[in-house]
Amino acid sequence: MTDSAPLLRTPLADIHRSLGGKMVPFAGWEMPVQYPAGILAEHNAVRNGCGVFDVSHMGEFEVTGPDRNAFVNRITCNDVSVLAPGQVQYSGLLTREGTFVDDCTVYRFDNKLMIVVNASNRAKAWEHVVDLKGGANIRLRDISDDIGLLAVQGPMTQALLQPIASIALDGIGYYHHGAGRIGGVDCFVSRTGYTGEDGFELYCRLKDTVALWEAVTRVGAVPIGLGARDSLRLEMGYALYGQEIDDTITPLEAGLGWIVKLDKGSPFVGLDALRAQKERGLNRKLVGFRLDGRGIARHGYPVFSGGKQVDVVRSGGQSPSLGVSIGTTFLPAGQAVVGTRFEVECRNEKIPAEVVKRPFWTKGSVRK
Amino acid sequence: MANVPDDLRYTADHEWVRQTSEAGVVEVGITEYAQGELGDIVFVNLPKAGDKFTAHQSFGTIEAVKAVSDLYAPLAGAIVAVNAGLDTDPAAVNRAPYADGWMVRLKLDDATQFAGLLDAAAYRSHIGA
Repeated sequence: MTDSAPLLRTPLADIHRSLGGKMVPFAGWEMPVQYPAGILAEHNAVRNGCGVFDVSHMGEFEVTGPDRNAFVNRITCNDVSVLAPGQVQYSGLLTREGTFVDDCTVYRFDNKLMIVVNASNRAKAWEHVVDLKGGANIRLRDISDDIGLLAVQGPMTQALLQPIASIALDGIGYYHHGAGRIGGVDCFVSRTGYTGEDGFELYCRLKDTVALWEAVTRVGAVPIGLGARDSLRLEMGYALYGQEIDDTITPLEAGLGWIVKLDKGSPFVGLDALRAQKERGLNRKLVGFRLDGRGIARHGYPVFSGGKQVDVVRSGGQSPSLGVSIGTTFLPAGQAVVGTRFEVECRNEKIPAEVVKRPFWTKGSVRK
Repeated sequence: MANVPDDLRYTADHEWVRQTSEAGVVEVGITEYAQGELGDIVFVNLPKAGDKFTAHQSFGTIEAVKAVSDLYAPLAGAIVAVNAGLDTDPAAVNRAPYADGWMVRLKLDDATQFAGLLDAAAYRSHIGA
């Protein structure tokens, strides 16, 4: 895609504008970074009540056919064989070097699997998956253009949605999904999210996206833009492709060893490289830090330890929930422990920082 | 539309400048339009009384959730006061950019230059209002 290509629009673009959303380019899409309430108010609405995000720009790939489970097990690093129909799994599509093509979620249904990828990686991930098909007896479909997706998040979500839901939402566990109608719209309803709060991701037919949005906002879900989506996920220490993870970083380095199943009993793309890296030991590890001075550590600011630059800030910002400045970076493995002190250069001033535990925010309502 | 009070002067960098009751001393802040573009403000880093700046020199920074922006001296002068209240309440800049959100008072090297700043009509035209 070139810079001059027109931006893609979700079915909700006109609604975002009519609500006063500040529209920005994001991964080739025109998306709201915030509404008039502002990022802090939107952030707090999700932490304390219920917010709705338009994430229809994300990519979905459908895998059907007899070899579907074996195929997805071969192209993702987590273990698909432990997934029952109705379950969801966080995973990674990796290169042969064990680095990320993308992170993803894998949905298992009775008769198919669905892989959900980042909007920014949709084309690249699709090409990667198709390249790996080989002789597998499967059918692959990029169904992204047929699907609308709303993330409804916050401790009040279930209480607000239940009266307009055709199914018992309480019966859907964390990282499980079910089919039903929300506000009369056919959806599958997934108890997943990117905020640290309880909530659901609602997948619908693209043409029903506006009706679904109207149904959930009518019962009180507050529109939330990409700005608060980022501050909410950062407080949880969730990885964002292009910042904590990319095609030079392995899941082991990024603290995502729990999605790497080296011993799942079937080979997968990246396995050999990750096994070798694990035996060799890691050179660097992702850490979360708190800035101990006035300033905000922003993406790309240099990070110094022992007098020399060791990395840049991967993600950084003011934590609205904690009132402190937080971020992520890679440190040499020996220093990547809670309590290590180092420095972040914020606009020509070196500000002290300290490694702290992730998630930064531990009081979320997310079910475990 | 952003509020642009008629009784203030402005810079192309989206600062407002108010003549105080004291000759040659002006008060400086950022415009309502600027705070709206920045979004929620979480830190304002200001200079100390006595610091001297030339026109257009950066005298501080303003950190919003999504962006950081320099503050520029509208004219040459010396800082005579800073708004310490912004240390604990930076959101005052969002809430009341022309009142509680003021940032510094500046003793101008040449008080006659005040008249050369943008008037409200020129600033409105600058922001397309």
